[in-house]
Amino acid sequence: MHIVVCMKQVPDSAQIRVHPVTNTIMRQGVPTIINPYDLFALEEALRLRDRLGGEVTVLTMGPPMAEDSLRKALTFGADRAVLLTDRAFAGSDTLATSFALAAALDKVGREFGVPPIVFTGKQTIDGDTAQVGPGIAKRLGLNQLTYVARIADLDPAAGTITVERRAEGGLQVLQTRLPVLITMLEGVNEIRRGGLDDAYRAARAQVVRWSAADAGITDLASCGLKGSPTIVKKVFAPQGRAEQVRQVPTIDRSADELAADVMAAIFQTQPALEEDLLRFAAGQ
Amino acid sequence: MIEEKFDAIVVGAGPSGNAAAYTMAKEGLKVLQLERGEYPGSKNVQGAILYADALEKIIPDFREDAPLERHVIEQRLWTMDDTSYVGMHYRSDDFNEERPNRYTIIRAQFDKWFSGKVREAGVVLLCETTVTELLRDTQGRVIGVRTDREGGTAFADVVILGEGVNGLVGQRSGLRPELKPETVALAVKEMHFLPREVIESRFNLKGNEGAVIEAMGTITDGMTGTGFIYTNQESISIGIGCIVSDFAESGRTPYGLLEAFKRHPSVRPLLEGSECKEYAAHLIPEGGYNAMPELFGDGWIVVGDAGQFVNAVHREGSNLAMTTGRVAGETVVWLKRRREVASKANLAEYQRRLEATFVMKDLKKYRRIPDFLHRNKQFFGVYPKLLSAAAQTWFRVDGVDKRAKEKQIFQSFREGRTLPGLIGDALKLARSWR
Repeated sequence: MHIVVCMKQVPDSAQIRVHPVTNTIMRQGVPTIINPYDLFALEEALRLRDRLGGEVTVLTMGPPMAEDSLRKALTFGADRAVLLTDRAFAGSDTLATSFALAAALDKVGREFGVPPIVFTGKQTIDGDTAQVGPGIAKRLGLNQLTYVARIADLDPAAGTITVERRAEGGLQVLQTRLPVLITMLEGVNEIRRGGLDDAYRAARAQVVRWSAADAGITDLASCGLKGSPTIVKKVFAPQGRAEQVRQVPTIDRSADELAADVMAAIFQTQPALEEDLLRFAAGQ
Repeated sequence: MIEEKFDAIVVGAGPSGNAAAYTMAKEGLKVLQLERGEYPGSKNVQGAILYADALEKIIPDFREDAPLERHVIEQRLWTMDDTSYVGMHYRSDDFNEERPNRYTIIRAQFDKWFSGKVREAGVVLLCETTVTELLRDTQGRVIGVRTDREGGTAFADVVILGEGVNGLVGQRSGLRPELKPETVALAVKEMHFLPREVIESRFNLKGNEGAVIEAMGTITDGMTGTGFIYTNQESISIGIGCIVSDFAESGRTPYGLLEAFKRHPSVRPLLEGSECKEYAAHLIPEGGYNAMPELFGDGWIVVGDAGQFVNAVHREGSNLAMTTGRVAGETVVWLKRRREVASKANLAEYQRRLEATFVMKDLKKYRRIPDFLHRNKQFFGVYPKLLSAAAQTWFRVDGVDKRAKEKQIFQSFREGRTLPGLIGDALKLARSWR
């Protein structure tokens, strides 16, 4: 069975900040990682492959440097990596992204075999929209199963799949027919550590690179900024809360002194608390 | 799975490992490089200064695309007491040359770049792959490595160990003893971000000019060690390090020293308003020539920090790492061309070639220095204080006549160190330096 996992290289959002003056996202020096949710999708795909045979292709759209993420996916055990990269894709919103990825998936199907299952993570950590997976499913006419926690049963011969889907208020057990697009929930598995042969393969593999034209995309008006009706009107950092964080130096202080320092710092902004405590201590 | 055989396996993707791997791959050898970090540079910490000469001998046109911060035009040496510093500054427009001699760099970026060149040269690099032990044949010859990955053995004619200061592979394999606390320094460092104009005005720089400060004195609280402040394009690297055994004895903490260094009245204004974005710590092998382990054996060679190739006095390390890596690579290529095996006898060529370079010459010249500085803490406490007091007496205009001031200064040295002590220190220093 040929399975495709769509993934995205994202800035490590734990380390990203908004510039206080220009309100632009400061990406400089922020490391990039594979979108963490996509790793659950990848591991699920690798498990299905190990059980049923076949191949796992990882597909991403992004700048040339996104190849690092694909190579890493190969180290985990994916069999093939495809990078969709073209200046025409720059500035894509979720609509334009699903358009390009759907076209690329079509081409992947023609080149390497039509995948009965396409995986994505439930969302990306930089956009948090959770729209691209469903968008691809709609464009390619795939049944879609979102927020999947477990694949309960897969019957390739009958062309059916049963999954557990986490929903508000409980767990749904859903069954549908292949082909299907699944978005995986976090925490449902743990990405494996590839063996030395996987590492060799990843180091030597040629990542397949497709431009818009290579992927058979002719409608460039649907790509990139042109194909993106979403407009970012404003970016801003969340307002800091009124409470202040105060640092208490810890160098060369004993535990007792430290405790006294911390209490003094608290009382400075909460004089009423100090009075209350003093009254309490005096037994009033 | 068929186990692969390589001409050489390089352990580590730091400056020494990269230099070795690059040199061999450029000559057509089949090279496997193993790095335990997530990517080359992810585990590396350095001040950091790049000395162009060593890299030029490997990648002559590195300036075209290497991520360099500032070229150093000013070198400041500070001897500090708690409120002052006595400085020697050397600044020259001659350092604004076409091919500058020294650069500040940020290692995470630089190592990535270097590794890119290594892979372009054809080296197979596997990251997040830790070498757990060396594989030997029945005669004890090293024939490959075992890694922590499944199915993780790889074989080669020779293994080059550029594994860094801890040198765990070599230790575990019995090639060298455990590090001694008195031969290794622990350094901590922070990166403070500031707008480039601010850095340029504070350090009197323009464009990509850079200034570096090396400091010693009471900042190390009587321990053997030094501090540094380096200018990058939009950040300042500040750090301090001391010999590990000194930390153990004094109970002082490295971050405590760094905090005090940052609060020093001469340092604080340089960092004012900056934002600390990175904190790192690393060991530096500072035992010098006398602490050097065996450098080669049947089927293996040691390069870089793992071989104690650091000149602590001149704050040189990465250039020694690159040079030993290159020379090791060249030696392996030379043996390959002659169709000779990497036996201990044949690999002695590595040491012979190193002896002809600055690496061994410098380390031999300073072989007594690490021990000397370890035993003579007065150079880190008493003398900086005396020097600062003398400067203050000399420069303060307060109605005291100059002859009286000279007397006062001389007297303070005699009291601080006694006459025999002063003469003894001078002789010892001269002898160690020779």
